[in-house]
Amino acid sequence: MSDYTNYVTGEPVVDTKAPEGPVADRWDTRRFEAKLVNPANRRKHTVIVVGTGLAGGSAGATLAEQGYHVVQFCFQDSPRRAHSVAAQGGINAAKNYRNDGDSVHRLFYDTVKGGDFRAREPNVHRLAEISVEIIDQCVAQGVPFAREYGGLLDNRSFGGVQVSRTFYARGQTGQQLLLGAYQALSRQIAAGNVELHPRTEMLDLIVVDGKARGIVARDLVTGKIDTYFADAVVLASGGYGNVFYLSTNAMNSNTTAIWRAHRRGAYFANPCFTQIHPTCIPRTGDHQSKLTLMSESLRNDGRIWVPKAKGDTRPANEIPEEERDYYLERVYPAFGNLVPRDIASRAAKNVCDEGRGVGPGGQGVYLDFAEAIQRMGRDKVEEKYGNLFDMYAQITAENPYETPMRIYPAVHYTMGGLWVDYDLQTTIPGLFAIGEANFSDHGANRLGASALMQGLADGYFVLPSTINDYLARNPHAEAVDAGHPAVAEAVAETEDRLNLLLAVDGDRTPDSFHREIGELMWEFCGMARTEEGLRKALDRIPQIREEFWRRIKVPGTGEQFNQSLEKANRIVDYLELAELMCLDALHRAESCGGHFREESQTPDGEAARRDEDFSYAAAWEFSSTGDAPVLHKEDLVFEYVHPTQRSYA
Amino acid sequence: MKLTLRVWRQQNAETPGAMATYEVDGISPDMSFLEMLDTLNEELILGGDEPVAFDHDCREGICGACSLVINGDAHGPERTTTCQLHMRSFQDGDTIDVEPWRASAFPVVKDLVVDRSAFDRIIQSGGYISAPTGTAPDAHATPVPKPDADFAFEHAECIGCGACVAACPNGSAMLFTSAKVNHLNVLPQGAPERETRVLDMVATMDEEGFGGCTLTGECATACPKGIPLPSIAAMNKEWLRATRKVRR
Repeated sequence: MSDYTNYVTGEPVVDTKAPEGPVADRWDTRRFEAKLVNPANRRKHTVIVVGTGLAGGSAGATLAEQGYHVVQFCFQDSPRRAHSVAAQGGINAAKNYRNDGDSVHRLFYDTVKGGDFRAREPNVHRLAEISVEIIDQCVAQGVPFAREYGGLLDNRSFGGVQVSRTFYARGQTGQQLLLGAYQALSRQIAAGNVELHPRTEMLDLIVVDGKARGIVARDLVTGKIDTYFADAVVLASGGYGNVFYLSTNAMNSNTTAIWRAHRRGAYFANPCFTQIHPTCIPRTGDHQSKLTLMSESLRNDGRIWVPKAKGDTRPANEIPEEERDYYLERVYPAFGNLVPRDIASRAAKNVCDEGRGVGPGGQGVYLDFAEAIQRMGRDKVEEKYGNLFDMYAQITAENPYETPMRIYPAVHYTMGGLWVDYDLQTTIPGLFAIGEANFSDHGANRLGASALMQGLADGYFVLPSTINDYLARNPHAEAVDAGHPAVAEAVAETEDRLNLLLAVDGDRTPDSFHREIGELMWEFCGMARTEEGLRKALDRIPQIREEFWRRIKVPGTGEQFNQSLEKANRIVDYLELAELMCLDALHRAESCGGHFREESQTPDGEAARRDEDFSYAAAWEFSSTGDAPVLHKEDLVFEYVHPTQRSYA
Repeated sequence: MKLTLRVWRQQNAETPGAMATYEVDGISPDMSFLEMLDTLNEELILGGDEPVAFDHDCREGICGACSLVINGDAHGPERTTTCQLHMRSFQDGDTIDVEPWRASAFPVVKDLVVDRSAFDRIIQSGGYISAPTGTAPDAHATPVPKPDADFAFEHAECIGCGACVAACPNGSAMLFTSAKVNHLNVLPQGAPERETRVLDMVATMDEEGFGGCTLTGECATACPKGIPLPSIAAMNKEWLRATRKVRR
């Protein structure tokens, strides 16, 4: 056993900057108390934004509209390709347009409960408040949400809730919202307020005199490493689900920006909180490079089942009704197929572990639309889900209108991320993290259609208000001296790392290492975790890391477009992050939300929280590679939503 | 499956490129086209060669990054993105040509990677509705008739991949540009900038070196999202209308 598990517990995090008072008033209070920057002075401030997804795109556009000078980065060839584009199902908002009892308080309540009481109450309440403004904003931008014949917006319901509050644009909600933000950003680029650097990847953070003052980034076309300076840095670089190799993330989504910030002093909170999405297309073989999600909106009308008998290999349509087990409807009659994601995923794993799974390798369950087609007619089903059905047919060569879809859980979203206070500022002054990159609002489990809501809340509304306070209090009159030792050190470390990757000239490809660490994480830090398994993983990770630096092979040079080098460099960070995830999962000896410890379950196999010991966010402070980090606890206080064992029965 | 690949290799924008031939074996019909290229690249790396560079990201047909001309067709034989093309669309023993998008407005960056930033500049010139954050009225303040909402959505589906340009014998970006013009111009929210939008976007499109439209229809045939050919006619109508209105 390495020393890595001998972490020490440091000072608790006490000041989250959330103001006092009734929860419904706190956001107003904070905005009033925050210092402002005079409009005429804003153009003198430069803000770096890394990432152009929903959070980054909306933040860049909004900061520029306010008058700040924004320097923005994305590794893709265009800001429009950020992975938010792939979100399918929808975006929640407490509009109560259905008049079905929804309210800001209910969305707040649902989100805290859905997150299994591991989120910070005032943040979640703010999110629920802002949700309604997001829909207004997006409609004004021309986002083509689904509408009814009367011309008003349509809604659907989503997992874990009993109201219809999800706004959607067929199965392409993420794409449409992202294009809205991208177009707003484009307008600011044309106006000269945003300086965009596409195909440019952040490789390190520059911290001068304790404050975030810039980044080191590599031009992916020329290979040139440059420094960029600013008065504040905003990371909107997304989640780290690709540590599992197979996930629903885009191939190039990565953890480097936030991991490098973590190494420079930003705490990383709840890294083990990973969401496994229940409705993905099962893998077909070892060649698989990524997994494809089918929106969980399908669970509104699709019914999930497996055969009652083990090892039943008959085709689905030959299995009579009485020999099918609609296990979610059976075990959770109130929510049925709409239980939260973590519960649906584990239930699927359980029936497959029992030997009742379907499809190749028995790693799948049916999602059946026969009843929906009978009830609504094929046309209506096609209108609602047509593009998802097409996508399924394209990938599997099966017709989901005739045979049930096969689905299986896959890594989808990471609730953990950089620790941020109420202002979305990390523990490094001047460094902010927004969207999936922070640990924010979802606790231990995110509800469906809430990621888009949070990304846009952070980017359009929260950050543009709170960053003013930091900039007003820290007017950086002096530009950063490019010769400052901290700058030179960050550049030198980056160059050394890339040169070393190129110099090893071993016999294993970057993908082979990525696959290896991913399989290890899926096995021991995936849907169900045990102390024994996590300790195994923690033993193995340093060995893989050692082998990586001995055997990695990266062809080409650093002074060119080199996708192998990009990959290998991202894996360096996965090999450290994986270790922290396992340690976090090991230390949290309770089950909560997406984190299921087999040692901590109720008699009927549900996640058993241990509030008396673990009602806190775990914020980890980096020490050095392979050495034990320091744990800082932020105690979670629940004044409004009292922790209960979640029940969806 | 065993396949012969003829792939365009080009070190960078300044160096001339050429087709190179590779053999790949053990390809499963369930693999996507990009997973087949992954297999080739793993072999190339282990052999000490540089892997074939290609753009890709989401691999679920929505980000618009992937961009290969396969056997002369943008995105290959099926009407989908390259990442959603599966090897079951090919026969064992096939020879497959793989090239980058070919258009003077999309210069090659390396191998199969091209520079599509001209598309971004078209959007920057007017492909938006000016609605600074915080200015929006309630979402239900302006109902949008469902046929208009559906028309907007149909055009908003464009993923900006550039297949339309690659497929067009003139290298025209009319389908891409018209998709955005039609999406925004039909909506009440887009009305105040209706004229400037279409005039500015078309002007930028021309400046960026895209060709003119001769209505051959290859663009709409190649479009993985089914942006319809009449989209171009609708944009032309918008443009004429705007020209008259601005003159007056």
